[in-house]
Amino acid sequence: MKLKEICHSRTGDKGDISNISLIPWNESDYELIKEKVTAEKVKDYFSEICRGKVTRYEVDGICALNFVMEEALGGGVLRSLAMDKHGKALSMALLEMEI
Amino acid sequence: MKKIRIGGGAGFAGDRVDPAVTLIEKGNLDYIIFECLAERTIGLAKQEMLHDPTKGYSRLLEYRLSQTLKPAKEHGVKIITNMGAVNPHAAVAKAIEIAKEQGISGLKFAAVTGDDVYDVIEKYYDEPIFEFPGKIGDYRDAIVSANAYMGAEGIIRALADGADVVITSRVSDPTLTLAPLCYEYGWTIDDAEKMGQCVLAGHLIECGGQVTGGYYADPGYKEVPNLDDLGFPIVEFDETGRFIVTKVEGTGGVVCVDTCKEQMLYEIHDPSRYLTPDCIADFTGVKFTQEGENIVSAWGATSHGLTPTLKVNVCYRDSFITDCEISYGGCNALERAKLAGDMFIKRLDRIGIEYTETRVDYIGYNSLYKDKLAEYMSDGRWGEIRLHVAVRTKDRANAVKVSNEGDSIYTNGPAGGGGATMRISEIINVFSFFIPRELLAARVEYEVI
Repeated sequence: MKLKEICHSRTGDKGDISNISLIPWNESDYELIKEKVTAEKVKDYFSEICRGKVTRYEVDGICALNFVMEEALGGGVLRSLAMDKHGKALSMALLEMEI
Repeated sequence: MKKIRIGGGAGFAGDRVDPAVTLIEKGNLDYIIFECLAERTIGLAKQEMLHDPTKGYSRLLEYRLSQTLKPAKEHGVKIITNMGAVNPHAAVAKAIEIAKEQGISGLKFAAVTGDDVYDVIEKYYDEPIFEFPGKIGDYRDAIVSANAYMGAEGIIRALADGADVVITSRVSDPTLTLAPLCYEYGWTIDDAEKMGQCVLAGHLIECGGQVTGGYYADPGYKEVPNLDDLGFPIVEFDETGRFIVTKVEGTGGVVCVDTCKEQMLYEIHDPSRYLTPDCIADFTGVKFTQEGENIVSAWGATSHGLTPTLKVNVCYRDSFITDCEISYGGCNALERAKLAGDMFIKRLDRIGIEYTETRVDYIGYNSLYKDKLAEYMSDGRWGEIRLHVAVRTKDRANAVKVSNEGDSIYTNGPAGGGGATMRISEIINVFSFFIPRELLAARVEYEVI
């Protein structure tokens, strides 16, 4: 199944770093996404976009994951040549991931 | 219980103004904040001030205050905003001019500064740049502005001195919300949990509608009623440090646990160490509960003391970007767009345009996610494709040459290209470094009408 069936997500930007939250609709799915959606898997999924490290933070209080992708915004939101300089649409790509 | 209500009246410089008026008139607010100062906005404001010393504040300040000053005065709502950018004194002067035009009197205005280190930047030329290799001094001829993210000190002093409208230069975004709460309740850095809650509240409302259903709606997945009338958020605190997030009844949008979760992690890296000038906030233990329709309570944030340094953002003149676009339709649209893109880059080399970086996108196919993910998501059929070529040059003269080539794609490119557009942008970029916090102190000056 696609992550979109059980999660929602939002992207934020700081400089050349993009962060993507992954939030299950039902908190009971938190353990499943912790197991399936690793930092390595996200790094591989965004291999053409993120040239740096991917760090995954587990936010147990709200049962959500936060992926922090370095060197992911074309050199930085203010100087990127991309259409979507902020990477706002990256969350929707993550939700297309099959698990 | 002493309750304090703060409205999030703007989430960026150009944000909608009418929801802020609704907040002031119907939100039963004590304070409204306007967060209007993105990273490079201050560099753009500085360039404006160099041309005209009476400018250098947020470009929409005049319109925003012309709509909100009078209702704020009538409803006893204090305004706190970073619309001062690099020139809070000029911003206060403009605000007073607006107030006088509208027959408003009995207001005390505060200009809060102390963040500007541009005049002493040469002392830091040997400091390393945080984001990429190099030293500050490497950019000495290109630096436009240098401003530290200040904490709550100046705003708290202004409120203690009775200011009704507080206009700051660079402060951290959550500070706009944290400062009035610390003033009202007397909280300090020793109140770890309360400071954490203040930063959380500030973070949730600093982007305006992003916690009330903006940047959220996804038909069939995430429904948001009346998005056209999206209301802006309110946080209501009591002295325990717990707060609720809500909005004015009858406005569009939705405040639910999931909008709050999304916004809590927005632009956050390590949620256990969110660095602000007021404290190191920790959101890992936060819980949200739906208390009623469009009412969510939040608790569990805390903090871990102060960082020894403050972050300074330096804006510098980086480069020029020329964007050229043109559309192709029909079954072979992608192939013709690719032919045009390939031709365009070859032509730049053929005529000797000096550029440092290029990017070619096919909008409708790969402009958001590049080729691998585009292929993964696509069904292989496109009725129309828009070519986008972006070219970075060091100077405007070469940018103009690129733009001229964009215009030539019509008659010198593939069949059926339509709707060509060209745009040249001067790029002000930002880097940062850190300086000891004891070197900077807030300054507050007042005007009364």
